[in-house]
Amino acid sequence: MATDAITTLRAETASLPFVVRLHEWVTTVDHKRLGIMYIVYALVFLMIGGVEAAIMRIQLIRPHNNFVSPEVFNQMFTMHGTTMIFFVIMPMLFGFANYLVPLMIGARDMAFPRLNAFSFWLTAFGGILLYFSFLGANGLYGNGTAPDVGWFAYAPLTSRTFSLGHSTDFWTLSLLISGFGSIGTAVNIIATIFCMRCPGMTLAKMPLLAWLNLVMAVLVILAISPLSAAQIMLAVDRYLGGHFFDTQAGGSAVIWMHFFWIFGHPEVYVLVIPAFAFVSEIVPVFSRKAIFGYPVMVAATVCIAFISMSVWAHHMFTVGMNANANTFFVLSTMAIAVPTGIKIFNWLATMWGGKIHFKTPMLFCIGFLFQFLIAGLTGIMLSAAPFTWHLGNSYFVVAHFHYVIVGAILFATFGAFYYWFPKMSGKMYNETLGKLHFWLFLIGFHLTFDFMHVPGLLGMPRRIYTYEPGRGWDTLNLIVTIGVFFQAAGILVFVANLLWSYFHGETVGSDPWDAWTLEWSTSSPPPAYNFAIIPEVRSRRPLWDLKHPEDPDWKYE
Amino acid sequence: MGIRSSSHCFMRFAVQVMVFLCVPAAALADTAARSLSPTNIFAPVSTPAHSIMGLSLFVLAVTAGIFAIVFSLLVYCVVKFGKPADDDGREPPQVYGSNQVELAWTVIPVLIVVVLFLATARVIASIQKAAQPRNAIQVIAIGHQFWWEYRYPGLQVVTANELHIPVSDPANPTPTFITLLSADTDHSFWVPRLGGKTDLIPNHPNSMWVDPQLTGLYVGQCAQFCGTQHAKMLLRVYVQSRQEFDHWIAQQSQPAQTSSTVSEGQRIFESTACINCHAVSGTLANGRFGPDLTHLMSRETIASGAAPNTPENLRLWILNPDSIKPGSKMPAMGLSDHQLDAVTAYLATLH
Repeated sequence: MATDAITTLRAETASLPFVVRLHEWVTTVDHKRLGIMYIVYALVFLMIGGVEAAIMRIQLIRPHNNFVSPEVFNQMFTMHGTTMIFFVIMPMLFGFANYLVPLMIGARDMAFPRLNAFSFWLTAFGGILLYFSFLGANGLYGNGTAPDVGWFAYAPLTSRTFSLGHSTDFWTLSLLISGFGSIGTAVNIIATIFCMRCPGMTLAKMPLLAWLNLVMAVLVILAISPLSAAQIMLAVDRYLGGHFFDTQAGGSAVIWMHFFWIFGHPEVYVLVIPAFAFVSEIVPVFSRKAIFGYPVMVAATVCIAFISMSVWAHHMFTVGMNANANTFFVLSTMAIAVPTGIKIFNWLATMWGGKIHFKTPMLFCIGFLFQFLIAGLTGIMLSAAPFTWHLGNSYFVVAHFHYVIVGAILFATFGAFYYWFPKMSGKMYNETLGKLHFWLFLIGFHLTFDFMHVPGLLGMPRRIYTYEPGRGWDTLNLIVTIGVFFQAAGILVFVANLLWSYFHGETVGSDPWDAWTLEWSTSSPPPAYNFAIIPEVRSRRPLWDLKHPEDPDWKYE
Repeated sequence: MGIRSSSHCFMRFAVQVMVFLCVPAAALADTAARSLSPTNIFAPVSTPAHSIMGLSLFVLAVTAGIFAIVFSLLVYCVVKFGKPADDDGREPPQVYGSNQVELAWTVIPVLIVVVLFLATARVIASIQKAAQPRNAIQVIAIGHQFWWEYRYPGLQVVTANELHIPVSDPANPTPTFITLLSADTDHSFWVPRLGGKTDLIPNHPNSMWVDPQLTGLYVGQCAQFCGTQHAKMLLRVYVQSRQEFDHWIAQQSQPAQTSSTVSEGQRIFESTACINCHAVSGTLANGRFGPDLTHLMSRETIASGAAPNTPENLRLWILNPDSIKPGSKMPAMGLSDHQLDAVTAYLATLH
């Protein structure tokens, strides 16, 4: 049984010279080390992307401001969007998936450890390539440095006619390379979950986190492939005289949009499904109850993944599709609200009748629930195509998707950080700093993104580096910018907490939360081989069965 | 019988009271909406914008209702089910799920979605499938980096950045149908009080229609990122009475009036790179890359709404366009002070 696995044989690596330790990290194929590397990498880019956001917000703090030039502003929103999606949220979630999936299914590593390392280094190289453009993208023309075409890079702005130099090429190549990394990781996650589960763990007995990451990985393969295809076509257009998106030679700008958004919308679910996974693990443990409606949660996730492949053109309600096409995409988009609503109700039902412990991870999950509810409801507004004829490309949309990505995904990820930090480091984080981080970030988030909806309703389009006074946008933009500083303060407290706790935190045992899944049955941090003896499970909550032999879960499942 | 008629009376009274209360409230809301911002989507003056607002308010009401219910449940959970201070350490009863409950919160959202979908489909059809009446005004709008070209086919009028259209009487509508084209990258035409936005995409003609029922100036701006100066690609739509509009068309279809007092400026204009991009009808200048200047002085702004059209601004714009709109496609012409004065004087005669 799993208790036998709780044997600690921690390698004493701390005493080795720095170069040796560095070499161990660079050459590692251990899923836990790679997971931590993904996470640290994402945190570094989170800082960089945050600085870019702050630069934009300072520029927009008042009308006719001159903090940065239009060229720099355009680079900032392109780099901010690209960085946050591809080099912060995705690697962060891949990092957690890498770290947690093998531990939670009772495996010793991912199915393909070398592919795992290769995927990480591809992603890492992609991010570095993107940022090298600040130095190296001048090319022969001296036109711009970093990419400045927006993160969805609509054709034909990306053609050589309108985008001189090499900035767009850096964007294309970095996404292509990191995209191959993502596909490698997705293949690995799928293979691991299908082939490496411990004895007794049928698919129906997997923790929800594993299920949701499986669905995420399938979506990654489906979504990244068209993006990679589009990037290759764009490179062909720019360098080999292709005319895919060259409108002056009969190419189609709209085709790029279709390619991009058939990636772009499933991508939203690639990002949010792992966030659902965190919440589905944390809420039960801190409510002291089993997840409500496990089979329905799995079904709803699979359903979301299916529907998400048919909604992409709701990003294109303003490009002049005919009424029938618009109507179809209204229906498919609204349909996705149903399984999403089911998930929210199931989390609430899990809390219902429980004994909720308001520790930092749970606070972030409650924040997630509140903000994801609002993000879902503004999503319904945007699914009504005529409403989007106004709101599309306005600040309302910007506020909506930041509600999803920051309010929901980032909040859930912060919850995951605090929840699994003791497992990864063997130390407990500082609860006071954790709560300070939560409240600072919550206040900053709502100052920024609540008030950001309104300028959209008042006609403010996105991606403008300045605006006229007298449009009713001034005060709102001031408040939005003030919120950014609260968020930045929250992030600093978060990083300080991680660093301080890593060096000075209280040492914890294998199971500080009295939790129920397999990762808590091994030491903190786990040994390289995870489990001395591969555990055997009979239910979805193997540690509950151990702790409550008189009333085990397998009697009811 | 008596009961029914008295209840009927009461109903009528109630309706009168409601109307009495609602009309000023609506008028107040309307004034507030307009004073909030000249680009407020909730201050419509044209049929498409009106129907979108109707749908928007319906969707807002439904989502507000859902929010109220789910948020109350969340607050109740957080307040009611917190771990008590004197907790005995025992685990709460484990509940694994309930098919009946799951079914309920599947079916109810499905019903809400059906209602929202039908309401939305109706508005899409009413706007996108509207037939074009014979007396509709036709305009071709062409997006350029970073300005708007307007052509009135059949009326021999070409202008830039300031669109003039006639007011539409609801009893006898004269809507304006706009064909949307692009000369370079993607743009989007969005004047919130007139209607939703539609993109201008090269090699992909689009169309939209508006029927403004109130004269006045309606503003907006490009809503699809189109390059460096996307922010200062502003839209100005002048809705005029039919008489004023016909007068404007008659005036705009004339060739430029040239005056011998500014012949030096005209000579400089026609012998430098100005005419590579700009047209002045009736003269040598026939460039198509930049705005048509035949009736430049009939416009209130220059640089696509970025600055008021004054002689000082015109001079500054020719001298150093970046000081008004950095990154615009208008080059600094490198003229001497004297040449600048002469060209500005010439342009100032193009009424």
